[in-house]
Amino acid sequence: MKHVQDFKVKTYRWLNDENYILTLQGESLETEILPGNFAEIRVPGIADVFLRRPISILDFNPTENTISFYIKAIGKGTRQLGELQIGETISIVYPLGNSYSVVEEGKALLVGGGSGIAPFIQLGRELKKRNIQTTFLIGGRTKNDVFLTDEFSEFGEVLVTTEDGSRGEKGFVTHHSVFSGDFDFNKIYTCGPDPMMKAIAKIAGEKNINCEASLENMMACGIGACLCCVTPTVNGNKVVCTEGTVFNTKELGW
Amino acid sequence: MVDLKVNLGGLQLKNPVTTASGTFGFGTEFADFFDLSLLGGIFVKGITLKNREGNDYPRMAETASGMLNAVGLQNKGIDYFIDSIYPEIKHYNTEIIPNVNGSTVEEYIEVTEKINEVEGINAIELNISCPNVKEGGMAFGVSCPSAIAVTEAVRECFDGTLIVKLSPNVTDITEIAKGVEGAGADAVSLVNTFLGMAIDAQTRKPLLSTITGGLSGPAIKPIALRMVWQVFNAVKIPVSGMGGIMNATDAIEFMLAGATSIQIGTANFIDPQVSVKVIEGIENYCKDNGFDSVTDLVGALEV
Repeated sequence: MKHVQDFKVKTYRWLNDENYILTLQGESLETEILPGNFAEIRVPGIADVFLRRPISILDFNPTENTISFYIKAIGKGTRQLGELQIGETISIVYPLGNSYSVVEEGKALLVGGGSGIAPFIQLGRELKKRNIQTTFLIGGRTKNDVFLTDEFSEFGEVLVTTEDGSRGEKGFVTHHSVFSGDFDFNKIYTCGPDPMMKAIAKIAGEKNINCEASLENMMACGIGACLCCVTPTVNGNKVVCTEGTVFNTKELGW
Repeated sequence: MVDLKVNLGGLQLKNPVTTASGTFGFGTEFADFFDLSLLGGIFVKGITLKNREGNDYPRMAETASGMLNAVGLQNKGIDYFIDSIYPEIKHYNTEIIPNVNGSTVEEYIEVTEKINEVEGINAIELNISCPNVKEGGMAFGVSCPSAIAVTEAVRECFDGTLIVKLSPNVTDITEIAKGVEGAGADAVSLVNTFLGMAIDAQTRKPLLSTITGGLSGPAIKPIALRMVWQVFNAVKIPVSGMGGIMNATDAIEFMLAGATSIQIGTANFIDPQVSVKVIEGIENYCKDNGFDSVTDLVGALEV
């Protein structure tokens, strides 16, 4: 069930000067949160950030009633969310969107870049519960843009590419050697910038592997009321916030 | 006890708080957040004769104290509404008010005729003010003769309360209001969004796929309030007021300016429970200020 609920800022964990994990604590917590779900966060204390900000849910803890978000400070709203006081009240609408479909057998490859790694904690955990052999492939410009790999390693193998070669293989995620030779994954999950996801979808299509991508279109309501966030699909325009954010890449025509 | 009931051109509302078309889906999107039966009414998402895919993405841009949208009436058509959506929402104890759109007068008539056959629908909102479609929409609402023509045509085929939604993108909104009053409208709703645009200076491109779109939110409230006041003083039929209402105080201001009922729009995106809070706030205001009936607020501006 969707809720609009006040939380308090519990902790910040800064990964570098523009990437952080914001953890909120509530008096209660909706625990039916699925991999790929997001929340609409109201940005307090700044007049010209009018709309809520849709942010992927990184993780949650039902014992402590906490929910956390991986946020990249790229605009006014996401910067302000990094500057709140501990204990400050913040309103979120959650959990929103559909979710990745968790495979029950075989091998899964999770490809992420930029802030598109947030859903992979929950997804990795769910895959591990089902004994799926999971590989994470995380891309960044440099080694300083690659985050959460320790967390991912709890759930499977972690591969890295960087554009400058400072960590892992040099190049884009699509150039990684995992895609050449003996490729025996039966599912690819991807999240990140559209060009990266499209390139991954193309590889998946060539290898005839089922692939799911999570879109991050601009949204107003987040609950399917305003129809601002649509994406074209082979079945017409679909509403990203409720019919997505996760789509099969074939449906997207990628 | 404060009497919250209002009469909007023959349509009885249990309270003056309704949700604006295009901002509240078909209601069910908000059912997790509160009991929809608390509302005076729901102006559901704009409906056309046939399925419409709407405009290309991006359709939205945040602006100072507001937002631009260019959705373009994406909907699955009137038959889908009647067969698949209305049966899911008709059990709510609130007025379900379809927002009727068309590219031609004939399309408006055809949609209205179909709605007129549906039991339980007591009113329609005739949308002659959508700024985001190439054909029809706002074109009907920005000239007096076409506004009158479409209102007269729809009046002839609809037995319930006919509410005409006016565009603010006109030289004198009172002329259009008087025109549709003469053509048989039972009420007017105003304002729809203001035509606006937003530009990304870095890319030198517009932020909306359609270049221009409709501005809503608190940025437009003072202008909307002024137009409600002008129309209230120009016509005898009641006004359903909207434009940037974010809380009960805003809603009360619209009623003082002459609105019999109000519509909450963009605020639904910020707080999905805002409409219930507005109902409570209006009731408390009446109690605190000695008004026995909310209708005492309508046009009670002291000048």
